[in-house]
Parts: sequence; C-alpha cells; structure tokens
Amino acid sequence: MKVIIDENKCVGAGQCVLAAADVFDQRDEDGIVVLLNPLPPDDLGAQVEDAALRCPALAIEVVK
Amino acid sequence: MTATQPTTRTQPTVRTCPFDLPEEYRTLREQDPIIQGTLPDGVPGWLITRYEDVRAVLADPRFGASRPRMVGGDADGATPAPPPGTFIFLDPPEHTRFRRLLTGRFTVRRMQQLTPAVEEIVAERLDDMARAESPVDLVQAFALPVPSLVICELLGVPYADREEFQRNSATMISLTASPEAFQEAREAMRQHIHRLVLAKRADPTDDILSELVQTGELTDEELAGVGSLLLLAGHETTANMIALGTMCLLRNPEQVAALRADPTLMDGAVEELLRYLTIVQFGLRRVAREDVELHGHRIKTGSVVVAALSSGNRDSTQFADAPDQLEVGRKYSPHLAFGHGIHQCLGQQLARVEMKAALGALFKRFPTLRLAVPEEDVPMRHDMLVYGVHELPVTW
Ligand code: SF4
Repeated sequence: MKVIIDENKCVGAGQCVLAAADVFDQRDEDGIVVLLNPLPPDDLGAQVEDAALRCPALAIEVVK
Repeated sequence: MTATQPTTRTQPTVRTCPFDLPEEYRTLREQDPIIQGTLPDGVPGWLITRYEDVRAVLADPRFGASRPRMVGGDADGATPAPPPGTFIFLDPPEHTRFRRLLTGRFTVRRMQQLTPAVEEIVAERLDDMARAESPVDLVQAFALPVPSLVICELLGVPYADREEFQRNSATMISLTASPEAFQEAREAMRQHIHRLVLAKRADPTDDILSELVQTGELTDEELAGVGSLLLLAGHETTANMIALGTMCLLRNPEQVAALRADPTLMDGAVEELLRYLTIVQFGLRRVAREDVELHGHRIKTGSVVVAALSSGNRDSTQFADAPDQLEVGRKYSPHLAFGHGIHQCLGQQLARVEMKAALGALFKRFPTLRLAVPEEDVPMRHDMLVYGVHELPVTW
C-alpha cells in the first residue's frame, strides 16, 4: 500500500491524524499534513483508508 | 435519470421530538433527494438531504461559499458583503490565505496539549456549580462558560467583556433578529476585536490574536473579521453541544452507564453525539459557480444549494444501524457535523477536547444529575441556526 498526499489541497483539519496517527502528522507552523510513512504496513490499511475517507479536502490518495 | 419537475416546498424546520429531525427529511432522502424551495429565512434555493450528496457538494469546487445571507440580509435576499476576514464566506484563493494562517494554531497536537488547561476550567466551573443551590441552569453555569473561557484565553480576549460578546453572538445566529439588529451586533463585535487588535499591536501577549498581528499578513480590518469569527464560532457551537449533549445523555441513562463502565468509549461517544445532534440544524449553504447537473436537475449559476448536514447524518445508507438512535459504541463512520470540504470546521479538534473534558467530568462529579423540569418544558433553540437549548434546569 502506498500513500500519496497533496499538500496543496490539505486544509489542516487533522482528520487523518485522528484516524491514523502512525502514518500522518501535521506541521506545527501551518497545520498541513505530514506523511510519516508513505508505505504503511498492511495492518494499518484500515486506518489509512479511514483517513482518506475522512479527509474533507480529498488530499489523501491510497494506491494498492 | 430523467429530469422531472422539481418538487417545491419549504425547508422542514418543525420537530415533533427535540431529538428527532423533522419527519419530512426521511421521505425526502428516500424519494426526493433534491427539491427546490424556500429556506427558513425566505431565500429560494435547492435542498439536498442524502449523505452522499451532501459530501459531494461540499467537496465540489463548482460550489462556492460566497453566498446570500443566512440571517440579517436585505428583504429581497441580497447579500451585504461580509466584512473583510470573514473567510467562511470566501472561495480559494482568498480562503486559502486565511485558512493557512490559522490551521497551524488548531492542529490535533496543539489542541490535545490544551487538555489539562481545559480540564482545570471544567473543574472550576463544576466546583462553583456544586456550591450553588440546585436547580441551576446548566447553560449559564457550565455549558457556556467553559468554551467561552477557553476561546477567550486562546484568542486573548478579556473574559470580563463576555456579556457584550455573548449577547452579540446570540443575535448574529438568531433567525428572528431583524437585519438592523444583526448588522449592529456584527459591527459591535468587530469594533470590540478591532480595539483589541490595536492594543496587541502595541503590546503583544501570548495568544492567537497577538500571533496573527505579528505575522504582518493581515490588515487590522481583516484581523477584526477573523477574530470576530473565531470568537463567535468558539461560543455558540461547543456550548450547545455540551448542553444538548447533556440533555441527550440524561434521557439515555444506559449509555451513560456504558461510558462509566468503559471510559475509553468517550472518544466515540463524542463523535456519536456530534453525528446524532448535528446542531448546525439547517445545513450549510453553497452557491453554484457554474451550471451543475444534480439528480437530473440543472442547478443554474448563482443558485443556492443547502446541504442538510443533519439529514445526511441520519441517512441509513451510511449509518446502517438505527441512525435515529444514539449509540455511543457505534462504529465510527465519518459524520458531517463539522461540514466537509475545504471549509470543514477549523476548531473541530478544540471542540472535541472541550466536549470530552466537559461531559466526562460532569457525569463523574454529579452522578445523580437530572432535569429539574419535565423534558417538554426545556426551551429548545428552534429559532437559532445553531440548535440546542436556551436553558437547561438541572438538579442532583
Ligand atoms: S485530513 Fe486531509 S485536510 Fe485534514 S490534515 Fe489530513 S490531509 Fe489535511
């Protein structure tokens, strides 16, 4: 599983951090998403999919 | 799908039970996912009620947020331009400029770091309440002061001025306020923040307004607009979630018992209360920036579309398991209470921290908490854009 984020779309809502804190974080200065792990292990799959679904700005893409 | 004549009617507003939506929403979701009609304040528009449609429209850049009045406009529904800095009514790229300046101040981490400070405020309010003679009005004693103290502290607004800005906030979201009263309240709020901005420019303190002043990115006018917006949003929403959430939990004692038995349910309970209560009761408005086709109807450029968050949050296609019931153990599924798309609530992490701290401590401190009046006598906020209770008399 590969995760791609689009920083330009991100509105800093933090939904991804709530859903999958091992994979996503937010920059302190502007709250924009930081990808901690672009290739998360399979057992985080459900959390990552949840993050992508919750993201209000459609800034997270999951490629399988 | 073939285009039929759109049904025309008024957006449903009348609830028979305080915790149920107007019954029409169910029929609309099932049979008429888009109708043309009149909104509670008389503005003509389209109403969409299904979860999927609400999400799609709110995430669709063809629908903008600069829009006609919600309350307090001219009689013909024309838009008085929102004051500078009112970024919830701006589209990109202007919206992006404001949002980017603010998001770093409301991240998950920063808000979670506030938890001890919020818990302290909660504990002090509860101490005061315990000393008071019951019954007390939970709104004035607890639900309003908690978010009010927190947002004042965060923004750097003196809490001593609360009477004035709490009154102005309330007028600004009342469906029954006259346009003059609305403008007057908005102006008073702006001037108040404007004076603070000038003071902080001269003598910065440790708060969001001072930080924003120091970025040098915004004019004083814009700062006054942003500050008013954050102050308003920080009050009305969380206060009503705490008060209405309490009333809701009181009528579901088995859910409170479940929370007591397993405090780890609290995160989920907060999400479920947000979904179930969806206090932005009449939905969010967008304006078509080009002609858009939806369920076979052509939404013409400039038309208003109302995305009914509350209806979407009761849609059984998304919340399969008894969507009209509060179920604190419900498996999480993204709800619409904070909206969706680029305008999704900036303060949502703060709201979560406050609700968790407030509801958790309230039921722990007052295990025998109950309504002091019959439920029918609780004055509900049918007349406000943000639903909730005007007063909640409780005893213990
Ligand atoms: S959920 Fe989306 S918009 Fe929010 S911080 Fe994460 S990537 Fe950005």
